Parts: sequence; C-alpha cells; structure tokens
Amino acid sequence: MKRSLKAKLILLLAVSLISILLLSGCGKSYDATLRVYNWGDYMDKSIITDFEKEYNIKVIYSTFTTNEDMYVSLKSGGSTYDVVFPSEYMVKRMINEDMLHKINMDNIPNFKYIDDRFKNPPWDPNNEYSVPYFWGTLGIVYNKTMVDDPVDSWEILWNEKYERQILMLDSQRDSIGLTLQMLGYSMNTRNLDELEEAKQKLIEQKPLVLAYVGDEVKDKMVGGEAALAVVWSGEAVAMKWENPDLEYVIPKEGGNLWFDCAVIPKSSKNKEAAELFINYLCDPEIAYRNADYIGYSTPNTETMKMLDEELLNDIAAYPSDEDIANAEVFDDVSDALEIYDRIWTEIKAK
Amino acid sequence: MRFLKRFYVGIIFFFLYAPIIILMIFSFSDSKFRGHWGGFTLRWYVELFRDREIMSALYYTVIIAVLASLIATIIGTIAAIGIHDMGKFGRNVIINLTYLPMLNPDIVTGISLMILFVFLRVERGFMTLLLAHITFNIPYVIFAVMPKLKQMNKHLYEAALDLGATPSYAFRKVILPEIMPGVVTGLILAFTLSIDDFVISYFTTGAGVSNLSIVIHSMARLGINPSINALSTLMFTTVLLLLLIVNKRSSNNSRKENAV
Repeated sequence: MKRSLKAKLILLLAVSLISILLLSGCGKSYDATLRVYNWGDYMDKSIITDFEKEYNIKVIYSTFTTNEDMYVSLKSGGSTYDVVFPSEYMVKRMINEDMLHKINMDNIPNFKYIDDRFKNPPWDPNNEYSVPYFWGTLGIVYNKTMVDDPVDSWEILWNEKYERQILMLDSQRDSIGLTLQMLGYSMNTRNLDELEEAKQKLIEQKPLVLAYVGDEVKDKMVGGEAALAVVWSGEAVAMKWENPDLEYVIPKEGGNLWFDCAVIPKSSKNKEAAELFINYLCDPEIAYRNADYIGYSTPNTETMKMLDEELLNDIAAYPSDEDIANAEVFDDVSDALEIYDRIWTEIKAK
Repeated sequence: MRFLKRFYVGIIFFFLYAPIIILMIFSFSDSKFRGHWGGFTLRWYVELFRDREIMSALYYTVIIAVLASLIATIIGTIAAIGIHDMGKFGRNVIINLTYLPMLNPDIVTGISLMILFVFLRVERGFMTLLLAHITFNIPYVIFAVMPKLKQMNKHLYEAALDLGATPSYAFRKVILPEIMPGVVTGLILAFTLSIDDFVISYFTTGAGVSNLSIVIHSMARLGINPSINALSTLMFTTVLLLLLIVNKRSSNNSRKENAV
C-alpha cells in the first residue's frame, strides 16, 4: 500500500510536469532558425531575445567549455551550427582544415566599427573568415598586500618566497606558453628541446604552486588565499573590482594576446542569418550591452566610446599599444600537438 | 554510547549537507564570487528566470529524465519478466550482457553511442539524447525488478490462470502488484541517474539541446553564474518538500492500516 501510493504520487507528478513543460514549450513560428555555439556564459542572453524579435529568426543557443571540445563537436559531424566563437589559433586550424565559410563582408556593414588594430590579423590575413568578438591578454594578477617584490616578469612565478601561494592556469597552451616565453622562446615553438626545457622548468616550479586552477582562481584570489595567479585579463577586471588589493600586470616578456572570433562553419544551413547575427553583435549599442555583461574587452571602437573612463584606463581591460607591443598571439600548433599533450601530462602527473 | 551514535550520525549528515547549505546561502549573496558576502539580494533568482539558456536546460533535464525513466521502466520491467522465464543458459547470457553497460565507464557508453549515431547519420539532438538515456537506464530497472520476481511465488500466477484469468489479466492483477516495489525502485533510480548524467549526455546531444550538467560544465571557463546556485536551492527545497509530503502521507496511511 505504502509503495503503490508513492508510485501514484510520482506518476501524478510526472504527468503534471510533462503537461506544464509541454505547454510552456509552445511558441510562435519563426521564419528561420539560427544555431549559435558559444563559450558558457559568454553572451548577454537578452541580446538573443532582441535579435529574435527584430528579425523573426529563432536562435538555438548551445555552449562549450574549450576550443578543443568545440572542434571535436564540429568535426565529428551530426550536429550543425551557424555561428561559432573559437579563439584565434582554432580559427586558423579550422581555416586550414577547410571547415569555415568565407563571410560576405558586404553583409556585415558594422565591421567598420572594429578597431583597425584587429583587422587583417595573422590567423586570417584578409579577414575573410572571422570577425573579432572579444579580446584580451594573459598576465599575472597579484595581491599588493602579500607581494613586496616588483611584479613585472613571469619569473616571479618561480620565486621561492611565494611557495604555495602561486596559482597556475589549468590550461595546456597558456601554462607551457608562458614558460617558453620566460625562457626566451616563442610561445608557438614546435622545437622539442625548447619544449623539454619548459617542461623541466614547470616541474621545478611545481612545489611552489598551490594549485592548477580554472575559474576557481577568481574566488581564491578575491578571498586572499593566494598571492599570485596567472589569469586572463577579463577575469582580472572583475577581480580588481571585487578586491582593490589586487593588481594586474602584463609581464615584460610580452604576455599573450588572445581573441575570440565569430565564424561560420561549413555545416551552416543558413549563412545569411549567420551574417545577420554577426552584424547585429557588431552594432555598437549591442556590443556595449554584451561587454557590460561579460566584462571582457570589446574590439568595437564605437562601443569603447561609451565605456567608463576608468575602465578604459585600466591596463587589464584596455591595455595601450605599448603594453601589448611584445605580446605574442597563439598560432595553430596542431603538428606539434602530440608533444604538447605528452609534456602537459608529464607535468601534471609529477 | 547512545550520544556517541547520534553524534556520529550528526557529523555524517553535517558533512553531507554543509556544501549544499553554503551554496544555498550564497545564492542570496550580491556578488559573483563565492566566499565573499556581498549583501542580501534576490537578483540571482530574477536572473535565473530570465536566463533562457538555464531555463531551457532545466526543461530538457526534467523532460528527458521523466520520459527516459518511464520508458526505461516499461521496457526494463517487461525485459526482466522475459529474462526470468528463460532457460538457465539464456538467462545467464542476457544477464551478463545487461551488466556490461553498468560496469562500463560512462565515457565508453557515451562515445560508443555518439559513434553509432554519427554512423547512422542521425542528427544529434533531443531524440538521440532521449535514446541514450533510455539505454543506460534499462539495466538498472532490470536489476531492480529481477530480485522481486525471484522472491515471488511462481505458483501464484499459475493459480490465477487455473482460476480463469487471462494471461494479461493475471499479469496486471497478480504479477505487477507483487513486483511493484522493484518497479518503483527502478523508476526512481532511472530518474535520478538521468537527472545526474553528464558524460553520456555530453556526447549524444546536439545543437540547442543541453541539460543542466552540460550548461554548468560549459561555464567552467568564465565562472559558474550564481543563478545556478539559485536554481540548485529551488530544486533542493522542492525535492525535500516533496519527500516530506510523501513520507508524511504514507506514514499516516500505514498508521490507519495498523488501526484497522
């Protein structure tokens, strides 16, 4: 008796849930659908709703965690997307592997607002395949009350004074890249000896490192649990805002300059709608709302004019040309990917 | 001694639930950061209901869990009855085959299913996700129902037939009530596993269809949106309330029965 009552209750619950959900699932009809694939929490979703209303195009929005996840999902086939937001080195790889449509720039009039500094980038020399979405740098964030040495170089991450107070990024390209740069090599090296040297250096550093982290870095630094951390600039802006003791530096070795771009994969079934959407995102007003929500740096010159003076002068958010003069941009290293993978596994296993 | 026992149980519950309680508290904090109290706010609850991505993930999570567990329970129960009546050899073969997906790591099941769908040129989406969930739920239902069938007196069914019941009538009125506890256990187990699953869903879903675990996972680079804390709080309290109500009602019921 006891059990069957439970069963009935559960059944009732299930039926009512289904009916509620089915009812709420109904909606109006749209002219077309657009499938967007983006990083998690990387767009103000009210923009999508407005886009749907304005153009009567339904947007199906999905998210991914890393460039590599996204690449596998596209490469394995069976799912189609119209607009995707990979980082620069992944854009290059996708261009090389003929995975992208050329964008018809006549359909993206708002492209004129994109800062000239970011046009015709090395990964897409004629700007045929990609439109910049957000950009930033890789640097060090440190707690002024806990670090008394000047922070201006990656070398501080190897300073034994800060044993177990250093947070490294749990990201293969970034962590190996910064070590290579400190050693005076290119972040994009394919040279085995240079990579082995970087590996040794990182293994040497391991006793000093508190943890290899992902997004927890924000909580830990804001809470004062560590003195130094390697972070992406956009995160640094949010962290500084929350804890004024934190400061962000682009190391003198150059640091890394990164870009996330909008591209149209070959599997797209609705290229016109995709171009419409990319153009919409480049609209200064829309780009402002987006930048305000995410807190990363926009490549849109008109949008920058709407931003706070304070934010524009923040080196973490909008570094000057000088600050990023030596910064390196990641190149596609797919031919040396195996070495990178092996080295990274060896470092993490130690 | 009694105090020690209680204390020990108390500590276990404390460690089990402390993280959830912390999470619930921080769903009211006016800050994007954990471990940093920013003042009381209901902002994340408002944003949660405005966030179409999270809401659609919630929709898919619940609907997939409900459909998959119901369908898996039906298939699994029928399968269990079939397996139970098989010869010894056939039964052993099928049971061992059924164990395989339970022992496999999720990632093997997930990737195998993905390869299957790609091979069959099925576009991944709602249907593939549902099929995958039904697939990994079925074994759990079978193994929840099997013991009940073994416990059942097999002559009951024969007696029902002797007394003139048709096989389907006997199934409904004799077998099903006997194995009901197993069926319900299987259903609840399947529902829980389906809500909880990340790995298999990740590989078998397509554009626009994500469950909550996928959405939360994809937030890992930029930080988990505190709306997720708000959602967890709502889900936790709903389930807790439901459990309390069900338990209260069934204990009332059994008291009534005892009184009679």
